[in-house]
Amino acid sequence: MSHLAGLLFARGFFQNREVMDALLLGGIVAAISGVTGIFVVIRSQSFACHAISDMGGAGAAGAFLAGINTFWGFLTIGVLAAIGVEFLGDRARERDLATGIILAVALGVEALFLYFAAHFTGKVGAPMLILFGSIFVIDPSTVTVVTALSIATAVVLGLIYRPLLLCSIDPELAGTRGVPVRIISLVFIILLAVVVEEGSLIIGALLSTALLIGPAAAAVRLTHKMGWAMLWSVVLGMMATWMGIVLAYDSFGWPPGGRGWPVSFFICVVILLFYLLARLRFKLPRLAFTLAGRAVQDA
Amino acid sequence: MTVPSALTKQNPVLDIRKLSVRLGDNDILKSINVQIQPGEFIGLIGANGAGKSTLLKVILGLVPVTGGSVAVLGKPARRGNRLIGYVPQKIHLDRDIPLRGRDLAALGFDGHRFGIPLPSREKRRRVDEMLVAVDAAGYADAPVGKLSGGEQQRLLIAQALLTVPRLLLLDEPLSNLDIGSAYEVVGLVSRLARDRGMTVILVAHDMNPLLPVVDRVLYLADGNAAIGQVDDIFRNDVLSGLYGYAVEVLRVNGRILVVGGRDSGDCGHLLSAETHCCGGIA
Repeated sequence: MSHLAGLLFARGFFQNREVMDALLLGGIVAAISGVTGIFVVIRSQSFACHAISDMGGAGAAGAFLAGINTFWGFLTIGVLAAIGVEFLGDRARERDLATGIILAVALGVEALFLYFAAHFTGKVGAPMLILFGSIFVIDPSTVTVVTALSIATAVVLGLIYRPLLLCSIDPELAGTRGVPVRIISLVFIILLAVVVEEGSLIIGALLSTALLIGPAAAAVRLTHKMGWAMLWSVVLGMMATWMGIVLAYDSFGWPPGGRGWPVSFFICVVILLFYLLARLRFKLPRLAFTLAGRAVQDA
Repeated sequence: MTVPSALTKQNPVLDIRKLSVRLGDNDILKSINVQIQPGEFIGLIGANGAGKSTLLKVILGLVPVTGGSVAVLGKPARRGNRLIGYVPQKIHLDRDIPLRGRDLAALGFDGHRFGIPLPSREKRRRVDEMLVAVDAAGYADAPVGKLSGGEQQRLLIAQALLTVPRLLLLDEPLSNLDIGSAYEVVGLVSRLARDRGMTVILVAHDMNPLLPVVDRVLYLADGNAAIGQVDDIFRNDVLSGLYGYAVEVLRVNGRILVVGGRDSGDCGHLLSAETHCCGGIA
C-alpha cells in the first residue's frame, strides 16, 4: 500500500505548503464550479462562459501591468463582461454574435497587455500564470477571498435555485408565474462570472471553462436527477483537480526535467477522460457482460 | 354543451372591453370585446399572426395594453396572477437535462418560490395525484428530455394545474401532435376542467379537434374578434366580416374548413382546417 502511495505521490507532496493550499483552494473552486456548471449546461451558456473568462484574462493582464493582484482584474472585468453579455441581446442568435465579438476584442486586448507585460516588465512568467493558472503560487489573502466568494455564491444560488430552474426551462413560463426573469438571469450570470474567474485563478483564463462545463457535462450523462447531477459534477470536478495537482507535482521529475508540467493540462485531460467515460457508461456494462460470458464459457 | 343560464349571471372570469394592442407600427388587436363565464371551454381560433398569442400574453399581464381594459376574475390583468394557469406551446429541453417527468410537473407546485426544493409528503402526494390525472404516471420517473412532444405536453398541463388555477390558458397545445393525440389531449383538458370547475381558453389553428368539447369560439382575424357558438361564428358573412374579404366556410363530413377568397385554391389560404387536408400547412 505504501509502495503504491510512493508511486502516486512524489516525495514531499504532503509536506509542501503550496501543494496543500492548492488542494484546498482547488477543491473549493471545483465544488462551486460543479454546482454552477449544471445550470450552465441546462441554460446552454458555455459560450458566454468562454467570453467572460477571456474578458477576465484581459482584466488580469491589465491588473498585472498596473501592479495590482491579478485576481481583482479577473473578477472586476469578468463581472462587467457578464453584465454586458446579459444586456446585449434578447434573442439567442443576436446574443451569440455579440458574445463572439466581445470574445474577439477581449482576446485582442489580452494579447496586447500580455505582450507589454512580457516585454516591458521583464517577467515572462506572467502571461503563463494568467493564461494557464497560478494554483501553486497563490497568496494566503487570495485564498480567503476565494473561499468567502465561493460560500456567498453557493448561498445565492441556493436562494434562486427554483426560479432559476423555471427560467432555464422556459423564460416565458417563468414570467407568467411572476418570476422576475431578467433579474434572475442577471444574478445568475454574475455568479457565473465569479465562478469562472475563480477557475481562471486555478487553471487559467484559457481553460477555466473546462472546469465549469466538463464535470457538469459528464454528470448529466450519469443521472437524470438534478441533485445527483450536482453531486456527481462536484465529485468529478474535485477528483479531476486533485488528480491534476498530484500529476503536476509528480511531473517535476519528468522530461524535459526540472520544471514540471502545467497543472491545468492535467486537470483538463482528467476532465476529458471523465467525460468520455460518462458517455461510454452504457456501453461498458455490456462489454463487461460479454467478456464475463466468454470467461464462463471458457471455464 | 351550452352554458347553464345560472352561471351567466355570475361575474365573468374574463372581461375584456375595447382592448387594443399596438406593437411597433402594427395594430395587433383592434378594440375587441370578450366576456367569458366561469366553467366555459373556449376555443381561440385564428390564422398565424391573428393576435392569438398576444391576447394570451395580455391576459397574463406580459404585454401592456394600448387601450381598453382586461379584467381577470374582477381584477385588472397582472403578471404572476396565480389564478391563471399557463401551458406553453412547446418548451425546448435538451436530451440530457437532469430532470424527470415529475420534476417538470412539480415546478407547478413550488417552482416560483425561492430556496432549494425540499421533499415533502404533501408535495409528493399532490404531484403524484396530478400525474395520474393527466395520464403521465407511466413516465413520471423517465428523463424529461427524452419524452415525446405529447408526453411533455401532458407534464406541462400537470405543471399548470398544480398551481390550482381558475382559468387555464393553453397556447397551441395541439400543433405538435398527430390528430389522434390531439383529440386525446382535448378530451383530457375538457375532463380535468369539468372536474375542477375551471375555465379554459385553448388556442388552436384548427377548430375540428375542439368541436366535441367547446362551449364557444373566439375567432381572431386581422386584429378583430368574434365570439359565439360554433354555428354562429363559422358562417361566410361573419368570417368575411372579420377578415375584411370574402371567406367561405365549408363543411365536409362534419369537419369545418375555412377557405380564403383572394386566391382560392392556393393552399396558403386555407385559413383554418385540419393540417393534413393540405400537405401539412401548420
